[in-house]
Amino acid sequence: MNWLAVLLGSVSHANWPDEETVIRLFTLQDYNTRVVLLGVTALGLASGIIGSFMILRKRALLSDSIAHATLPGICITFLILSAMDINSKNFFFLLFGAGLSGIISILCVQFLRAYTKLKEDAVLGIILSSFFGFGVVLMGFVQQHPKGNAAGIDGYIFGKTASIQAHDAQMLMINAILICIMSLLLFKEFRLICFDSCFAATQGWPVLKLDILLMGLVVIVTVIGLQAVGIVLVISLLIIPPAAARFWTDRLFYQVLIAGVLGAASGFFGAAITALFERLPAGATIVLVSATCFFVSMVLGSKRGMLMKFLKKRELDHQVLEQNLLRAFYELHEDDEGNLIPNKGARLNDLLIMRSWLENEVQAGIRILTRKGLVTKDANHNFVLTELGGIHATRIVRNHRLWEIYLITHADVATGRVDRVTDKIEHILGDKLVARLEHIVAEDYPHLHVPASPHPISGGKI
Amino acid sequence: MFLESDIWVMLAGALCAMSCACVGCFLVLRKMSMMGDAISHSVLPGLAIAFLMTGDRSGPSMLLGAVVVGVLTAVLTQYIHKQGQVEESAAMGVVFTTLFALGLMIIVYFLDHSDIDASCVLYGSLEAAATWEFEWNGYIFKTKIIQLAIILALNVLVIFALFKELKISSFDPALATTLGVHAGKLHYVLIILVAITTVTAFDVVGSILVIAMLIIPAATAYLLTQRLGLMIIISMLLGALGSVLGQLSIIYLLPAWGLPDTFSSGMMTVMVTVFLILAILFSPKSGILFKLIRHLQLGKEIFMNRVLGALYRTEEEQPNFHHLEQIQKTYPVRFKWAIWLLKRNAMVVADGKQWRLTENGEVYARKLVRSHRLWENYIFTNMNVPVDHLHYQAASLEHVTDESLLEQLAETTSLEHDPHGREIPQKKSKD
Amino acid sequence: MKNNTIIPLAIRDLTVAYHRKPVLWDIDFEAPAGSLVGIIGPNGAGKSTLIKAILELIPRASGEVLMFGKNYSLVRQRVGYVPQRESVDWDFPVSALDVVAMGCYGQIGWFRRVTSKWRKVAREALERVGMLDYADRQISQLSGGQQQRVFLARALVQDADLYFMDEPFAGVDAATEKAIITILQELKKAGKTVFVVHHDLQTVTEYFDYLLMLNMRVVAEGPTKEVFREENLVKTYGGRLTLLDEALEAMRKRGTMG
Repeated sequence: MNWLAVLLGSVSHANWPDEETVIRLFTLQDYNTRVVLLGVTALGLASGIIGSFMILRKRALLSDSIAHATLPGICITFLILSAMDINSKNFFFLLFGAGLSGIISILCVQFLRAYTKLKEDAVLGIILSSFFGFGVVLMGFVQQHPKGNAAGIDGYIFGKTASIQAHDAQMLMINAILICIMSLLLFKEFRLICFDSCFAATQGWPVLKLDILLMGLVVIVTVIGLQAVGIVLVISLLIIPPAAARFWTDRLFYQVLIAGVLGAASGFFGAAITALFERLPAGATIVLVSATCFFVSMVLGSKRGMLMKFLKKRELDHQVLEQNLLRAFYELHEDDEGNLIPNKGARLNDLLIMRSWLENEVQAGIRILTRKGLVTKDANHNFVLTELGGIHATRIVRNHRLWEIYLITHADVATGRVDRVTDKIEHILGDKLVARLEHIVAEDYPHLHVPASPHPISGGKI
Repeated sequence: MFLESDIWVMLAGALCAMSCACVGCFLVLRKMSMMGDAISHSVLPGLAIAFLMTGDRSGPSMLLGAVVVGVLTAVLTQYIHKQGQVEESAAMGVVFTTLFALGLMIIVYFLDHSDIDASCVLYGSLEAAATWEFEWNGYIFKTKIIQLAIILALNVLVIFALFKELKISSFDPALATTLGVHAGKLHYVLIILVAITTVTAFDVVGSILVIAMLIIPAATAYLLTQRLGLMIIISMLLGALGSVLGQLSIIYLLPAWGLPDTFSSGMMTVMVTVFLILAILFSPKSGILFKLIRHLQLGKEIFMNRVLGALYRTEEEQPNFHHLEQIQKTYPVRFKWAIWLLKRNAMVVADGKQWRLTENGEVYARKLVRSHRLWENYIFTNMNVPVDHLHYQAASLEHVTDESLLEQLAETTSLEHDPHGREIPQKKSKD
Repeated sequence: MKNNTIIPLAIRDLTVAYHRKPVLWDIDFEAPAGSLVGIIGPNGAGKSTLIKAILELIPRASGEVLMFGKNYSLVRQRVGYVPQRESVDWDFPVSALDVVAMGCYGQIGWFRRVTSKWRKVAREALERVGMLDYADRQISQLSGGQQQRVFLARALVQDADLYFMDEPFAGVDAATEKAIITILQELKKAGKTVFVVHHDLQTVTEYFDYLLMLNMRVVAEGPTKEVFREENLVKTYGGRLTLLDEALEAMRKRGTMG
């Protein structure tokens, strides 16, 4: 188990930071760390915000293409700058070149979409790989250039988080502020084109221009984020935090806000972890932190999280079971006029044959009902409805029968099938609907009276 | 300078491009191109873990690792899409970037840089790939070339065996399912092929340029033909040709332009992109240039027809209608050109300052006018179109009416006059 | 100034082609002011296409459309649009109220926020369609009919004079159908003109007082009582003109259109 040894060795040999280092880090006492943390946090914030709009515009993977397409711009700028004998590391020029080739790639996407029969996915793949391929050729020239390595052009692909300088951090923060302001100003407009671009067009909004502005902002974020986390990983900051935020809210404003916060948090903690442990690649760490956020959100999210959905479903299942059980109690001891004969006990087996359900299901249901005080045990250890339970059961049976009658008389459902059909819908009826139902069919049946079942009750009574 | 190693580089590139192209066709047709992108990024952790466990750079364990992670990418994407109600492309983005980051983490943290170089992931190294050798029974074999050839054979074999199933499930998944072809299973067969191909091609062309080889030749072939079998063959040929030309241009073209050497993989991508651009411009069916030429040609034809029709009507003594002079005045240059063409085709002869139809021209013009007036009749009797609109509509139809359509028209409208009261020229009896 | 004597919609020679194949061919039509116009025709007759072409959502091959005697771009605020329900993603994180407020964005203008004043306007519109109780629900939690009513409310806040509705009755419950038709009648009383793409032939005479029968071209138009007759129905629904189809296909192949 050679590999296991390597794995364990790496982990055990890692220098676990002492308390003081951690405190120094999180109170931002080190100048270098401070610069890096602030810069990356700002990047996370900006990309979370703008990425939200991109995802809702259904263009998540367009950012992927744009990010890859910046490579030739960076290389060309470098080559031109060094040919002109200007400082070829000049950050602004390199960003400008990257942005320019990003924008050209967007135009190419639009052109291919409009003038060829290629589908959206193929267009994105073509632009991504052809631009990147061209970039790789240029990268070959750059690497043979005497200044090639000095420029640290490689850093644009994998990112050089640790080498973020004060002016880089400034840039990242200015960028974040720009994105925040633009999103606030154009919040309503972006919401409109993301939700219903056709309607926006009929209202006279310049959809294409807004789209291009949105994509332009993505290019800016991408380009500025490149040297922090690299080409591939800047995409993840544009996609993962927004996708995670969606699990927590149903409102666009909070979606954007939460995505921004999650992005910022991923950036901050990712960079912090990198600062604490040696040899960790910063970009990858940041992405893995944000991915952790995503999976936690997917499970725990308060609006669409899986746990929330599971609990809701279980609650409904319990409710259905409860109601069915109460109805079974009622129908077991029902006289010919449809009234409940009070205080008669039922055994588990009596209840079991009322429907096709399992023994442990019935037992679980009885436990719930007992807890709620609807069912108790009598002296003979039989289960019996309490007074409250009787009232509930009467109401449930009444609703059930009213529905049956409604379905038979108004919806032409066959008498033999009506029980099953009613079963499917009765548990999810709101109070309003029941009131309307009463209004329609209950004229013949005075309040709180339970009509006789329109079909023979299965099981027990025969 | 052309070296012997260049042949091996070309061969490796071509084999790689061909195996990518043939599976790529199905990615393009099934609108799954970005799945190629996703898998080529996400195989990285599979490779890294396999390497960590076995220390083998290019063995079956790497393939296994890639297949596992490739399928995992597809499964996870579907899971997040379905369970989390996340849009599919976003779900894909979440999965592949996360896996890529994980792979990067493993490589940088657990492995020495000398084992798997992170930048090799991006650029690949055709030159190095061409040098790995092993010896068997006294013969020397190129390891990578043999690997690539096996993968190509595998891809071709699977696609050949499952051709009709893949075809129908790419075209209409619902229909395929009713016919007993399990579209879902084929989806994973394809994913596995892509993963295997990607991981084998990975250290040759680099992970991102695999996408280029998967998609660009396939998309080019898609523009050139509408038949699946042909599309696969064309895409493979284009991929191979692109690789050879790419390497040749590094050897001959770049020095000629005073440019230094560069990555072969990048140059090959540029070459297949050039093919794509050529196809977009010059494809015989959907090429932009071809469409333009066809448009111009049609314009010429219609204009000549208008001149002929006008000549016929003048001879029919209906000078008020679409008079020749009117055309001449509005389009003087085009008119001269049309007359010149018509004279050359012996449809028209000069008669002093006037022009006259030859016998040949009259037959042709008669047919045109007949078609026009039959259409007017048809539209008038079958649709609620006011009489003053008829000419415009009939004019747009008359040029595309062939002989059989004309006869059908004549059968449905048995009238002898058009709605304006003009006589419809009869078809000349052939005896 | 609202001048209803001017013809709300005039279409001349409108031709629309998808991939060079004509979908609508030489449409000529004028709508009388203050009427409910039903657009009927078989599947693929180009009903939705007509509305989209009028609203410049898809390019026209030729033709001219005037609304209140002007180009559409000059009178956008007087024209309301209710798209098909399937045209948007109902999982989008907005509430019913947010969607309705979108109808006001044009009046709110660039950069400004949706203030409580506009939310009040949106609430009133929701109340008109009987959806006030659902104002704060996320839109995926609404039923199909309720979603349709939200769309209708979004068009209503605009207080337009000319409305286009693309299949508002498709797949809705009886309550919604009733609510929509009540609104339509109110709009008509207020002198507005409403175009409705409609499928259900049984309700045509009941709902609309003017009809546009469409099958790639205008088969018949006029007051419902006059044109809703069997011969027109046969012409509209009785299949296409085969010869014309052949010729149009030939045109597509040769590339004459567009």
